[in-house]
Amino acid sequence: MPELEITKIQELVYELRVGDVMKKEVITVTPSTPVSELRGILRDNRISGTPVIEDGCLVGIISIEDFIRWLAEGSPNCAIADWMTRNVITLFQDEPLIQAINKLERFGFGRLPVFARDTKKMIGILTKGDSIVGLLKKLDVDYRQAEMHSVRSKHIFEDIVADRSSLIFEYDVAGGSNVERAGASASGLKTSLMRLGINPQTARRAAIATYEAEMNLMFFANGGLITAIIESNSIWIEMTDDGPGIENVDQAMRPGFSTAPDWVRELGFGAGMGLHNIKTCADRMRLDSTVGVGTRLEIEILVGGKREVIRDHATVTA
Amino acid sequence: MKLKDVCKILEAESVWKIDSSRSGSREVTSCQASDLISDILSFRGPDSLLLTGLTNVQVIRAAELLDFVAICFVRGKQPQPEAVKLAEDKGIPLLATPLLMYEACGRLYAAGLPAGTRKEGVPIA
Ligand SMILES: Nc1ncnc2c1ncn2[C@@H]1O[C@H](COP(=O)(O)OP(=O)(O)OP(=O)(O)O)[C@@H](O)[C@H]1O
Ligand SMILES: [Mg+2]
Repeated sequence: MPELEITKIQELVYELRVGDVMKKEVITVTPSTPVSELRGILRDNRISGTPVIEDGCLVGIISIEDFIRWLAEGSPNCAIADWMTRNVITLFQDEPLIQAINKLERFGFGRLPVFARDTKKMIGILTKGDSIVGLLKKLDVDYRQAEMHSVRSKHIFEDIVADRSSLIFEYDVAGGSNVERAGASASGLKTSLMRLGINPQTARRAAIATYEAEMNLMFFANGGLITAIIESNSIWIEMTDDGPGIENVDQAMRPGFSTAPDWVRELGFGAGMGLHNIKTCADRMRLDSTVGVGTRLEIEILVGGKREVIRDHATVTA
Repeated sequence: MKLKDVCKILEAESVWKIDSSRSGSREVTSCQASDLISDILSFRGPDSLLLTGLTNVQVIRAAELLDFVAICFVRGKQPQPEAVKLAEDKGIPLLATPLLMYEACGRLYAAGLPAGTRKEGVPIA
């Protein structure tokens, strides 16, 4: 395993650019800043060195080591210009991180100013710490993506010994205007289906239908319940609510029909396409609603290749 | 075409940076454009780019569910902070272009990026 991880980091140091990981807020000093003030500047900003800038141009770099030299020699107070390093090693933002790490190593500096190649302006600074944090962040994102593929629930249906088996997932949908969390059920269902090894296209269809239903529960029914039953060859999804119900189901199914209020439309909903989308995603669909009692929507999505044939039997009943 | 070519054509900037080097080489095979969530959800096919003027969390959800390669916000709009956060969580690159929707679509189409199909295994009724 360690070998694998080293390869991954090696790959990343070539992929990441200096600009991806550099720090953009740079503390700077001028050549005329007195050396005696340096300690305070470094301490307050928790840094150990800083570029020296004059009229917008980089003229040197000064670090804690220069300060210690100044102290040790017991020299009188003077300008930073007398103690700074003038020959500064710099980086371009589009250089791969590996080059920056090599330069940090080779010259033994703690930090390298970063320049934009086109404008020739200093736009950031890179330390070893920044490189490590950048790499760790990248590894974390990649790790989370990889995690999804490694989940071992894929063979669950083959592993279970029974004539029939099913998995049941339930999602509570809150009503009202808290759209931030909305869509979480559809997202959760999609992730779970993918983990079960269901093909992405089928998982996508289930997720879209669930999402549309979820939004309807939220906007029109003050919340409800989504139940997904997963069997080895089909996915059943049932959405129930005890909201106001739908007066005319045929009309509600018609593409473009919507009673969405303005605030819902402002969020990008209310095209009147939701139920139609659900129908096109499902192999079977059934919508029952009673005014004053509630609404029940049930769909079936087949797992496996039989979709085209079965689809013709899609039914909608009031 | 590659995502970084899309950026160039649309004069777009990326909204969150962490993945810029790698995501730039992702392949975009088609494009879809809409400001209505349910329209977006009637699109099919992964590997598509989504152009939209919507900047809320829900457009990120839609892109997640449909496996869009990336989202590009038009007419200089910046996505809402919660939207950026969700996109980062889900690893969906976000771009922002100053161009208006029509101009953005036109440039991509002219550059040879086709419209995405509405099919996924089955025609839309
Ligand atoms: N669970 C429900 N309870 C009550 N009414 C509902 C419910 N679901 C849908 N409706 C009614 O059916 C109409 C059509 O729903 P549909 O999802 O097709 O479109 P929409 O939600 O208005 O817009 P879109 O889904 O395109 O954003 C809704 O406007 C609403 O009047
Ligand atoms: Mg709807």
